[in-house]
Amino acid sequence: MTTAVIRVMLPYHLQNLAHVGPEISLEVEGPITPGTILDAIETHYPMLCGTIRDHVTKKRRPFLRYFGCEKDLSHDPPDSPLPAAIVTGAEPFIIWGALAGG
Amino acid sequence: MSGVRVLVGTAKGAFILTSDGKRETWDIAGPLFAGWTVYHMKGSPVDPNRIYASQCSDWFGQVIQRSSDGGMTWEQPGGDVPMEFSGAPPGASNKFVYEGNPGTHMWYDGTPHPFEFKRVWHLEPSHTDADTVYAGVEDAAIFRTTDGATTWKELPGLRDQRSNEWNPGAGGLAVHTILLDPRNPNRIYVAISAAGAFRTDDGGTTWKPINRGLQSKYLPDPNAEIGYCVHRLALHPSRPDVVFMQLHWNVMRTDNAGDLWTNISGNLPTDFGFPIEVHAHEPETIYVVPIKSDSEHFVHEGKLRVFRSRTGGTDWEPLTNGLPQKDCYVNVLRDAMATDSLDKCGIYLGTTGGQVYVSPDGGDHWTTIVHDLPRVLSVEVQTLP
Repeated sequence: MTTAVIRVMLPYHLQNLAHVGPEISLEVEGPITPGTILDAIETHYPMLCGTIRDHVTKKRRPFLRYFGCEKDLSHDPPDSPLPAAIVTGAEPFIIWGALAGG
Repeated sequence: MSGVRVLVGTAKGAFILTSDGKRETWDIAGPLFAGWTVYHMKGSPVDPNRIYASQCSDWFGQVIQRSSDGGMTWEQPGGDVPMEFSGAPPGASNKFVYEGNPGTHMWYDGTPHPFEFKRVWHLEPSHTDADTVYAGVEDAAIFRTTDGATTWKELPGLRDQRSNEWNPGAGGLAVHTILLDPRNPNRIYVAISAAGAFRTDDGGTTWKPINRGLQSKYLPDPNAEIGYCVHRLALHPSRPDVVFMQLHWNVMRTDNAGDLWTNISGNLPTDFGFPIEVHAHEPETIYVVPIKSDSEHFVHEGKLRVFRSRTGGTDWEPLTNGLPQKDCYVNVLRDAMATDSLDKCGIYLGTTGGQVYVSPDGGDHWTTIVHDLPRVLSVEVQTLP
């Protein structure tokens, strides 16, 4: 099993819940996919459980988006391999509240 | 000297307003959970420093917050990485999962729609245990925690009451009112828009609809068991069989725990509204805030008037001293009126315009505590020793 240190950018409100800054680093056991990154986030920051994806179905919350390497990864299956630059830590995996709200 | 702590939930965060027993000068703390919608906050009657809050967002879903020091600091129960296995799963304080297959309810277009948890509208802490809290949620169901909101479990018997026929109100299909009988721990009342009022006498295992005597225009069956848009229930702890109701239209009361309701709208200028409250020391003194209509959700004639009945309904008097009586077009939502239990009972209300008002003398005189908060969704009051 490979392990990689992944950089993750969190939206403002989730930074506040987790008491962290805009970017966190996580050890993620491979393969490195959106699903395994989310698993690692929820293990290290249980207060974020249910705020990014559903507790039971694990579906992404509809107003959130995943980005990386200037690509929208939101609609990729959760077990899709991520770009090499995210796996090496050169680029962050970005979780973003993508829809504007009043 | 005794004092009060007012817990205000708004569309963009929570605020805590504190004062001494005179209720003349106020400290305002907040916003807590800034930018989030706080549907409701309520303190434990057993331990006033224990406060629970429902924080939610269309983006990030539901979060439950808990304070053990009167609102100075907050935590998500079970939100930290567990140092050792305690038996409770981490990160489950916002996990509201229906028991079994919840099936469907009616959608606005009359088609079946799957039950889906959306948010917690109301938190009702137990009278006897600070770790036990009931949560009324959308889509309509009631949950209970016995571990201080670390985990929640549904009381699914409520949905056995023909929940496949429940229709959402304009604001959604939610359990928005939970009343615990202080004399009988097995009796709980709930209200659901737009399904009606329900009661359990066995601690939440089985429930029955308690809607006889209610009337709703255009309901095809005037004697229907369910289908009523109940906006709010209230009771006095000394007489828990007497329950007052603000129905969509009509103000109602029951003297037999909901087995039969009678109309007490009397001389109200309009009997549409949302909140209803009972005076802390006078079980027959009740308060409502009439709203012009269900098409125009603001107060009647541009005047914010609380109406008080000292006779348990039917005869009402307007309370206006200190409230805006011109060019006022706010609403007072169902959970946004509350009372304290000081010797001179205080009445509190929050408006959709962001004002919070207090009357320290049972409604005779009103002052503004704060006037520029976000839209106020809920107001609860703790009377402190």
